[in-house]
Amino acid sequence: MLVTEKNALTIEIEDLTKRFGNQRESLLPILQEVQLKHGHISDFAQQEIARLLDIHPVEVYGVVTFFSFLSTEPKGRFIVRLCQTISCDLAGKEAIAHTLEKELGIKFGETTQDKKFTLEYCNCIGMCDQGPALLINEQVFTKVTPSKVIDILKKFN
Amino acid sequence: MPILNKLVIFDEQNINDSLKKALSIEPKDVVMEVRESGLKGRGGAGFPTGTKWMLASSANSKQKYVVCNADEGEPGTFKDRVLLDEYTKLVFEGMVIGGYAIGANKGFLYLRGEYRYLLDKLNSYLEQMRKENRLGNNILGTNFSFDIEIRLGSGAYVCGEESALIESLEGHRGEARNRPPFPVNTGYLGSPTIVNNVETFASVHIIIAKGAEWYSKHGTSKSTGTKLLSISGDCKKPGVYEVPFGITINEILKLVEAENTKAVQVGGASGTCIPKAEFERSISFEDISTGGSVIIFNETRSMLHILENFMEFFVEESCGQCTPCRIGNVKLLDGLKKIRKGECSLSYIHELIELGKSMQIASKCGLGQSSPNPFISIMTHFENEIFSQR
Repeated sequence: MLVTEKNALTIEIEDLTKRFGNQRESLLPILQEVQLKHGHISDFAQQEIARLLDIHPVEVYGVVTFFSFLSTEPKGRFIVRLCQTISCDLAGKEAIAHTLEKELGIKFGETTQDKKFTLEYCNCIGMCDQGPALLINEQVFTKVTPSKVIDILKKFN
Repeated sequence: MPILNKLVIFDEQNINDSLKKALSIEPKDVVMEVRESGLKGRGGAGFPTGTKWMLASSANSKQKYVVCNADEGEPGTFKDRVLLDEYTKLVFEGMVIGGYAIGANKGFLYLRGEYRYLLDKLNSYLEQMRKENRLGNNILGTNFSFDIEIRLGSGAYVCGEESALIESLEGHRGEARNRPPFPVNTGYLGSPTIVNNVETFASVHIIIAKGAEWYSKHGTSKSTGTKLLSISGDCKKPGVYEVPFGITINEILKLVEAENTKAVQVGGASGTCIPKAEFERSISFEDISTGGSVIIFNETRSMLHILENFMEFFVEESCGQCTPCRIGNVKLLDGLKKIRKGECSLSYIHELIELGKSMQIASKCGLGQSSPNPFISIMTHFENEIFSQR
């Protein structure tokens, strides 16, 4: 990481601590903002957050690694999360999973080479009556069919 | 969004100015009204709401909190999403009423990360409430002040457990606490806190509007009122239904036009599987208690496949803090994989059922205590089917 990038990130985290406060309760909102903007929470970001909240970096690492929507490693710009839970499974999740893998040319848990898409499974997203369902970043898609997958992916550029 | 079968909460005629009415009576009378209604927690655990509020209101503390649990993560549940999206007023005003009742000035809506797309809409609704003086300082000209902040989850099922939820609000890993002490006396930042489900707050709104007596006429004597069910799986009309407590599984199946039903999973992954022979049983706290998830399986479905799906869910979502849950769920899933390979003896499965019973007793929080439920109920009712798949 370049020094200028580090400085920029520090300033950004300082702004976040001003916005949310520098008490421990602000940790999750701060992490969520960093994750949203950068797609992951780097070691350096974790250390800076720890310094500004006056807690040990391990405390920050512990929280980041606990939650499935926070990550320490960079991911694609668009994270495709296919619901794998029972109602979506009964509604035909398997066919959607195959289509996604073939269209993106990656397996679940992987990121495309151009860093555009990351493909993941997630648990129930509360769209059980309209399955199969998937999330792309925060957008939700329901009653997905294999041919719809192609149209959906085209929307993200 | 298909909302089918509207009775009490979903009946627009019952949505009155409860907030004004609540603020015009004493806080203890609000608590009394909720107690008399017989309302029990709608998230699944079914603790009497009035008792919870009475304990929090009598706790001696300057600072108290109201938390609305919108971490709706139970597989097959989506009624809270519909309430938040379309009946926002009921939920947020229900929280304000809760704050008034227990003497709190601050509330949190803990919204699951998967529902982030609702965030802007909910925040603008809160802004609207502040403009109309239904939120903020001196609400509706009274001495009572209360504000609500929305906090997002980040994809952890266990945070639906109230003490894990509070841990995560405080900026810690979402690991459940030992209880007691309960949140009503030692909750968020050590202060008395009520944590209630979205539907519970919406129900309070109706109770204040229409009165406890009117409300308790619905449902059964031990389970008053109505329940929102999230119905999915093999049926023609999935969606959110409002039903009176006491409704039987058969009646539900008729309502949603389900055919050739083999079994119904009530209460989501942590609930129980009801086989056809027991379809005359009813949804109520005295019979089959549920947070509202109903998943229907028809004759073509493999119970082994369904059970594997549930156990994979728990292996992933166990927080790993206590051993019975962390190791137990893995052992139960391994047993199912052995069955699939044809390497499992029936006596080993019986041992696993015993292990499941130990997990129910020995796990620290509701997740581990209820995670063996589908294993035990599906294995008990469908042993022959599952073993014929070897």
